[in-house]
Amino acid sequence: MIEIEKVSLEYETPSGKTLAVDSVSLGAAESEFLCLVGPSGCGKTTLLNMIAGFFPPSAGEIRVAGKTVSGQGLDRGIVFQDFAQLFPWRTALGNVAFGLEMKGMPKEERERIALEQLRLVKLEKFAGAYPHHLSGGMQQRVAIARALAYNPGVLLMDEPFAALDALTREDMQRLLAEVWRETRKTVVYVTHNVAEAVYLADRVVVMTPHPGRVKAVVPIALPRPRDPLSVEFLQHQKQLIAHLTKEEAAS
Amino acid sequence: MRALLSIGVFLAAYEAVARSGWFAAALVPTLEVSLRTLWAMLGDGSMAGHAGNTLFRVFSGLALACAFGLALGFLMARYRPVERLFLPLVSALMPIPSLAWAPVFILWFGLGNTATILVVFYAATFPMVINTWSGARAVNPIWLRAAGAMGAGGTSMFWKVVVPGASPFIITGLRLAFQRAWIAVVGAEMLAASAFGLGWVIFDAKEFLNADIMLAALAVIGAIGFALEKFAFQPLERHTVVRWGMVKRA
Repeated sequence: MIEIEKVSLEYETPSGKTLAVDSVSLGAAESEFLCLVGPSGCGKTTLLNMIAGFFPPSAGEIRVAGKTVSGQGLDRGIVFQDFAQLFPWRTALGNVAFGLEMKGMPKEERERIALEQLRLVKLEKFAGAYPHHLSGGMQQRVAIARALAYNPGVLLMDEPFAALDALTREDMQRLLAEVWRETRKTVVYVTHNVAEAVYLADRVVVMTPHPGRVKAVVPIALPRPRDPLSVEFLQHQKQLIAHLTKEEAAS
Repeated sequence: MRALLSIGVFLAAYEAVARSGWFAAALVPTLEVSLRTLWAMLGDGSMAGHAGNTLFRVFSGLALACAFGLALGFLMARYRPVERLFLPLVSALMPIPSLAWAPVFILWFGLGNTATILVVFYAATFPMVINTWSGARAVNPIWLRAAGAMGAGGTSMFWKVVVPGASPFIITGLRLAFQRAWIAVVGAEMLAASAFGLGWVIFDAKEFLNADIMLAALAVIGAIGFALEKFAFQPLERHTVVRWGMVKRA
């Protein structure tokens, strides 16, 4: 579904060229949940933004469903970390319907679909609420519904729950796992939270900084729903942490 | 309630001075005389006629200023060359009081509505330009990204993201523009209007030492300005940017 081939990103800084992403090759199968994990500066968000088409790689190629990515497109939905991503002048329903509106779908039909999407994230009662009346967790659920509403094949998520409190974050992870099971989207999910990655992912991609490279790809073959307190879960977590800390010791 | 109280105290103080006999009654008329004049002018329709003229001028000028200010502000925010061309011009023209242009406009267009409306336009246009320009630049980039990812571009991006995103600034600009326009129109009417308008009423009453007429016209000017702010601009804000949580309730 997603093919990333020898992708690099170089940008100019006052002290010369910096390699943010260095020749990364990755793939994600149809309906696979892929997590990118790593410390800040490892290029995970940069890589996600290139998949989203916000800017092109300096070298290499990214293909989604066989088509080379060149700019943004409705084949990919994106959810950011920032709660401010919702349009404050639109209700929850209006936000979710935005993509369909851009497609030119008639009002009645797009609102029906938007309401379905809100039901998926358990917010149908708040369809008429403006974002500033919703909690952070609810706003992120609206953002997920909004990114899914126009039915993209791929869902890109950039630390969507990082700014939430721990309890809400766990609820949201459970909800996302459910949404993913129902929609079977291909997901690329950026996080620096190892437990989150083990809970959600089919495979976890560990990245290291300076320059941003793929250090290891760890498959998580645990049955779902996963128990974060089970021995196997903690073993996977330990394995990922070992990959991440070894890097720190080396650098 | 407290506003009424403070206005009441002020009026009582004025009445005390007017009744003290320190000044000629023709120059400092009592409230009773002024109110009776106001009542008479409201009753025979002359005040409404003048107010109508003034409102026509202020809204014509304001409408022109909005059209021009919104267009130029958005263009300046979107296109660097437009910004570079117009920003120095705006900075140079903005400090000139609009009333200073009145004699020039009278010379060019004669006494009457054209000159008055141009003065109003001049007064109102800068807040609209500056606020639209600032508002468009203050649109949160994450909205543009999110909208772009959902297929918005060009026209739809402008109308459905940039315009509402900039609306807190634009609505503030509109209020400032109206306030400046309302001040300017009264002044301009004193200079440029030939026979109608609230400003002209005051100017004309001076010639005949009719202080009561002047006070009556001043009261109407204040009341209309207050009413428009209270019943037009504040509700506009409440039903848009305050409702959306982009601006806190006053």
